[in-house]
Amino acid sequence: MTAEADTAAAASPAPPPAPAPAPSRMMEPPVGAYSAPFWEATREGVLLVQWCTSCDRGVFYPRSFCPHCGAPASALEWRTASGRATVYAATTEHRPEATGATFSGGLPYVVALVDLEEGVRMLTNVIGCAPEDVRVGMPVSVTWEALSDGRQLPLFTPWPT
Amino acid sequence: MQSERVDRTLRGAAAVVGVADDVSPTGELERTGRDLEVAMILAALDDAGLTLADVDGVCHAESSLALAEYLGIHPTFTDSTMTGGSSYEVHLEHAAAAIAAGVCDVVVSVYASTPRSDRTQKRRVERRFPPGPNPMAEWEWPYAMRMPMGPYALAASRHMHEYGTTSEHLAQIAVSTREWAMRNPRARYQTPLTIDDVLASPMQTSPLHLLDCCLVTDGAGAFVMTSAERARTLRKPPVFVLGASTCHDHMMISQMPDLTTTPGAVSGARAFSMAGVKPSEVNVLMGYDSFTITALLHLEDLGFCAKGEGGPFAADGRLGPGGSLPMNTNGGGLSFTHPGMYGMFLITEAVRQLRGEGEARQVDGAKIAVAHGSGMVLSCMSTAVLGTEETL
Repeated sequence: MTAEADTAAAASPAPPPAPAPAPSRMMEPPVGAYSAPFWEATREGVLLVQWCTSCDRGVFYPRSFCPHCGAPASALEWRTASGRATVYAATTEHRPEATGATFSGGLPYVVALVDLEEGVRMLTNVIGCAPEDVRVGMPVSVTWEALSDGRQLPLFTPWPT
Repeated sequence: MQSERVDRTLRGAAAVVGVADDVSPTGELERTGRDLEVAMILAALDDAGLTLADVDGVCHAESSLALAEYLGIHPTFTDSTMTGGSSYEVHLEHAAAAIAAGVCDVVVSVYASTPRSDRTQKRRVERRFPPGPNPMAEWEWPYAMRMPMGPYALAASRHMHEYGTTSEHLAQIAVSTREWAMRNPRARYQTPLTIDDVLASPMQTSPLHLLDCCLVTDGAGAFVMTSAERARTLRKPPVFVLGASTCHDHMMISQMPDLTTTPGAVSGARAFSMAGVKPSEVNVLMGYDSFTITALLHLEDLGFCAKGEGGPFAADGRLGPGGSLPMNTNGGGLSFTHPGMYGMFLITEAVRQLRGEGEARQVDGAKIAVAHGSGMVLSCMSTAVLGTEETL
């Protein structure tokens, strides 16, 4: 009935153009001003979380001060995360072509928010199971996908597998 | 962190005195850009019985400077606030505050966007993204979340998990909104819609179906505001600002503290407090409906029902014609128009309802209307409580 071309679903703003040559991910993450240690650790498959020693809370995304208590950079350190997390919210992209995603091979894939054991939340893809098996509240653990420059992108997979 | 002060300094100080908008059932407009904006400004000024020479304040979500230069005016109040779809409710709040403070006397805000005809006419459109490394590029874009619907799908998924909200609940919002659109000859969609139609439409970004998503259409509008005193001397009955408030608690969805509660819970409470109005006294709710879940969250966060009860609240058709809470009487972003930043049309419709200009969709005796804008990805909420002269 409804012309699909009428909806936001059909006409969402195009993501920025992919760099050439196209990597497996349409967009590889730039390294932010305060996140170099995070990305360096991913080369070894280590998930780091910035931590405020003043208020004893995790900080994500990495910053130059603590957004919880206002402590300066000197109060921030890097801690190795357990890699375990819980799915907070999840959506399955049923039209991969509309997102420009190439990594899914054209199949539906899951975008999720996961809460790390350390108390911070990050966006990710949940892989290693059928999209319909991903449930809010399910335990997941970190897994890695190679980026073109040797860094790795943290993804999550059901845990225990 | 939020102020506990009950502050009524804006109540009744300023009024919306002119509105205009341009929307077509074809979804496309012939005019574009500044041409369209100027037409809206002149029409809204004419609606008020004012001219460009009266304008000393300008609001525009891209550049109030560029707009004023084009218009050839020299305003003493300027506002280029860009909060996405809620920009126009924020402009209204800022204009009311500036007028109340005596900074300026007549303020105009305008919006024009033609994404649908840009596509069909193959016009080149500049797409701007934040330059250089930014948090979204680093922490969200690599995961190929579909924009703009992905963040709303995540919010819907969490709401379903916590409160048992169903796809049928969400679909009912689209159905009630369509019932209003069927009474609006300018609406893009005017054919009947059922819950089954919504559920049968293609799944996009679960749990959102195609018909849970707003339109993409051309559209434009403008509003004019002035002091309460001057408003009473003009052409149409003034629509007074009783309360207005804005709050934002994130930019990107992965930084939203709680995906089931928007910052509208703050802006709404503050706007109602300033207005001295309770949700039960609202005759028309214009609640930004980029997606069905967006509107559902407004019902809860503005206090029309308890948190988690939005689904059952909407389920009995109370939001449609003849219902106890008429919502999005123009047909909304879901069925009327959605050019990208829809908040302008919340204001133009609220004003028309309070003037009794709602034609076949008029809510009888409407005295209080709320225009509640949502910007970016549930990021910035701005609430305006508007009322007729007798509500002062």
